[in-house]
Amino acid sequence: MLLIECPWCGPRAETEFSYGGEAGIARPADPDALSDAEWADYLFYRSNPKGAHRELWNHDHGCRRWFGVERDTATYRIERSYVLSHTGSDAATGSDAATNAGTGYSSGNGD
Amino acid sequence: MTAAQPNRLRQNGRIDRTRPLAFSFDGKAYEGFAGDTLASALIANGVSLVGRSFKLRRPRGIVGSGAEEPNAIMQIGEGAAAQPNLPATQVGLYDGLVARSTRGWPGVRFDLGAINDVFGRVLGAGFYYKTFMYPRSWWKHYELAIRKSAGFGQAPEGPDPDRYEHMNAHCDVLVAGGGPAGLMAALAAAKSGARVMLADEQDEFGGSLLAFAASIDGAPAAEWAAAAAEELRDMEDCVLLPSSTVFGYYDHNFLTIAERCAGSPDSSVGGGVRERLWRVRARQVVLAQGSLERPLVFCNNDRPGVMLASAVSTYIKRYAVLPGRRAVVFTNNDSAYRAALSLAGAGAEVAAIVDSRPGGAGDLGLRAQALGIPVHAGHVVTDVAGRRRVTGASIAPWNGESWENVESTIRIDCDLVAVSGGWSPAVHLHSQAGGQLAWDDSQLCLLPAEARQANVSAGAGNGQWSLGECLADGLRAGAETVSRLGLKTAAIRVPGADANAGEKLIEPMWRAPAASDADRCPRQFIDFQNDTTVADIRLAAREGYRNVEHVKRYTALGFGTDQGKLGNINGMAVLADTLGKEIPEVGTTTFRPAYTPVSFGVCAGESVGELYDPVRTTAIHEWHVAAGAPMELVGQWHRPWYFPRDGEDLDAAVARECLAVRNSLGVMDASTLGKIDARGPDVVEFLERIYTHKVGGMQVGRCAYGIMLGEDGMLMDDGVMARAGEQRFYLTTTTGGAASVLSWMEKWLQTEWPELEVYLTSLTDHYSTIAVAGPNSRGLLEKLGCDIPLDKERFPFMTVKPAVLAGMDVTLFRVSFSGELAFEINIASNHALAMWRTIMEAGVEFEGAPYGTETMHVLRAEKGFVIAGQDTDGSVTPVDLGMNWLLSREKDFLGKRSLRRPDSLRKDRKQWVGLLSLDGRTVLGEGTQLVGESGEPAAMCGHVTSSYFSTSLGHPIALALVAGGRGRNGETIYAARPGLEPLPVQIVSPVFYDRKGQRQHV
Repeated sequence: MLLIECPWCGPRAETEFSYGGEAGIARPADPDALSDAEWADYLFYRSNPKGAHRELWNHDHGCRRWFGVERDTATYRIERSYVLSHTGSDAATGSDAATNAGTGYSSGNGD
Repeated sequence: MTAAQPNRLRQNGRIDRTRPLAFSFDGKAYEGFAGDTLASALIANGVSLVGRSFKLRRPRGIVGSGAEEPNAIMQIGEGAAAQPNLPATQVGLYDGLVARSTRGWPGVRFDLGAINDVFGRVLGAGFYYKTFMYPRSWWKHYELAIRKSAGFGQAPEGPDPDRYEHMNAHCDVLVAGGGPAGLMAALAAAKSGARVMLADEQDEFGGSLLAFAASIDGAPAAEWAAAAAEELRDMEDCVLLPSSTVFGYYDHNFLTIAERCAGSPDSSVGGGVRERLWRVRARQVVLAQGSLERPLVFCNNDRPGVMLASAVSTYIKRYAVLPGRRAVVFTNNDSAYRAALSLAGAGAEVAAIVDSRPGGAGDLGLRAQALGIPVHAGHVVTDVAGRRRVTGASIAPWNGESWENVESTIRIDCDLVAVSGGWSPAVHLHSQAGGQLAWDDSQLCLLPAEARQANVSAGAGNGQWSLGECLADGLRAGAETVSRLGLKTAAIRVPGADANAGEKLIEPMWRAPAASDADRCPRQFIDFQNDTTVADIRLAAREGYRNVEHVKRYTALGFGTDQGKLGNINGMAVLADTLGKEIPEVGTTTFRPAYTPVSFGVCAGESVGELYDPVRTTAIHEWHVAAGAPMELVGQWHRPWYFPRDGEDLDAAVARECLAVRNSLGVMDASTLGKIDARGPDVVEFLERIYTHKVGGMQVGRCAYGIMLGEDGMLMDDGVMARAGEQRFYLTTTTGGAASVLSWMEKWLQTEWPELEVYLTSLTDHYSTIAVAGPNSRGLLEKLGCDIPLDKERFPFMTVKPAVLAGMDVTLFRVSFSGELAFEINIASNHALAMWRTIMEAGVEFEGAPYGTETMHVLRAEKGFVIAGQDTDGSVTPVDLGMNWLLSREKDFLGKRSLRRPDSLRKDRKQWVGLLSLDGRTVLGEGTQLVGESGEPAAMCGHVTSSYFSTSLGHPIALALVAGGRGRNGETIYAARPGLEPLPVQIVSPVFYDRKGQRQHV
């Protein structure tokens, strides 16, 4: 069970959160102007990487805030969690609000 | 030795001879002592046959003394409290214990299935797959027979009467294993100020120290262990868990521990709980679980009386029982010589030590010879005699070649063969945590290599075999976690203990040669529990299985409770030999939780019976219960299903309730509907993007039916929204969608449109909703006393007003989910029950009736109102539902673009229609498949989503999704019925009652 650092509430068990998919999928400004293929790309296609992945999580059994998490999909190590940017539609560009570095919770062999 | 316990030694052992305990095994009464395990008590009583093997039904005896035991798998207790699948080596003896062997029918001594052993050659690897394939239709018969003969024990009958509980815990350092390394690690961490938890599967701390003669700082090692445990117990922030197995290591240093509480006086929290599951989040973990001894592979090596050498020592030293009178010790390393010395010291005769190494052992070999024990270096045991008990061993010289046939030259009578094939560090948890393993070619074992999580291995589990090395390695590991935590390491001395000076290294002997070749000689077992033999592994390799994971599944190697504890390394080595590869090339199978069997009871914990799932009830619930209403579960909500009067069944009650609403008055508790308060300067813009209709056009005080779509264009949820102010809306959702809709809205608000200033608050539990429906509903409210006019001019359909009703503050909605004149009363939940009672009293005059969810469903179906989640399934667009009128052309909204996708525009999409059974009486089953023609086979063209008998109309009605359905009005199609002729049904409009919708406007 993952230990996820909510930027507002601190480290909590995964059971308090729900997963919101890949971060940084901006909704097109004018969906009507898009071709079917372009719209399908926004709707269905995700990067699905092995390794670093920026994703959305919601502390829905806590403070109800959505935030970003950078997680390695192969090791499940969480590099950081961050407050979403309020500057535009790209939710992936956020400032570091909290990271797990140094806590030892998910830092592999520690130091 | 007493007559009652013929194999009990007269002195020593960590048992309490003043406390005899009675127990039974397979119906026969025995006696043991406090401190015994079931296994040691059985050996004390001379019981050597404890079960039958899984496939071949061969007689089996106790092999080990701990978690590795493959054969003595017992059913403990009787009736509902019975526990199947427990190794006798891990069951602490208690007075009145009832144990049964789990395999063997009708009994272990005479087992009909033993005929499997006679027809042995047929039952090779993959036997079930190959034999029971054809004809395929017979599989259901085969399966019954196979299932009856397989399995470990029987599921208990009836609900488990015992209590189990879950405990969440956090600590700085969790130490798994309380032997010398674990105790040192725990001391190092705790004395440096870390919060420590120490768990050990035995009921006493000390691990191997309890079973071997050794000294630490000049005192018996067991005394040192007891003192160390006492010191830890006295420390603040240190939790000691005896009788507790760390069985799972999951992501982010989350570990699970099963604690056996009954019969464990040291349990840190006591009282009435049988087992406790600890869910621990540890910042650092020390894995000090020690190592497991491996058996040796030779013919008939599974006969009762063949026992691990370390188990022989343990039974003698710890439990003061003698597993045999005349023993042969067979080994490829020095450690088994200790068992020979233990046996000799306990008065048994050691007939021979057979050592596969030409040079024999180091110092321990000299000690054995000094006692006059004959040592046959460079020899192997090739076979043993005896069926229900070993009676002798055949011995042959060995030239280091495993696959050449040999003739045995010596035959020695014996009743015990103590074997040691070397030691395997218990790397299970390290591996579960994602850590790497590395093969050590000199120690012949897998060692923990790079860890993936915050864990360190120590002691024998880290390849440190001598007591001195274990203590030092435990200290190192403890100090390592301390420095990772950023604490200052307290100065601790490594206590003085013997190093294993003068030991000789293990030498490989993976399979003892036999008189005939490996595929024809008597069985040589790799995995006792699953009856996997050398021949099985060779057969798998010949049939093309190369990958160790495939060989595992084909031969069942390492299945069951074994999980790679005993047979894993021997199996890898034999496979490597057969394939002509090196052992590291073959690799090992994956270690998965659980390390030892875990009961369902402790997995469930408190979440059984009433606590199985959280229960949500409305403020009016107690009235419904008093009225005798059966409840329907809607998510976690308990909603009244119907209100039976005078012994009515569901159909009768629903018919009466429907007519009450249509003809006079019905009242329903609709409090479970999701309610969201949405407000803020940008609320209109926000809701325009979420809902499909033009929200901005709504006047304050107006209500509207609204739907929301996923970005894929599919209907997600629906409900009534009311504009309570210029910048304030009151939204309702379906009962099941309340939480997900709020989360969905928050997601868009927070991640995509943070520039919009909108605040969302759930009001679901704060306000209750009472629906009053029927032609007399207005009259009822007037009778109750309402401070606002209720006539249709001043309070028209689809409007909302605050009011005082029967002296209570309410919000009145003129909305209808039944198609009748209706009001929904929203009231603070604290007043809801009072309001409900007031309404019920006043309603008597109108012959009003409370109605439940079933009547609600019928009434809305008569009107063709959709229920999101019943009539839709995430693949239905609003166009499919005929809701085009709700889709604004003037604005964008979530999912709008998807309605133009080619798939959304397909002409043959399933569309929502009504269905009438042409026989006028058959109520179709919900989910019934619809076909275009009556003959077989026919292509399916849709399915029934809702179906009821309409009392108001006098015939059944159904709603369905039918391909191209709206263009097929009046067409006859067929409803498939299993075992019956397809029933002709006619496609009609989904609105069955009051098509013009006049009744709700009056």
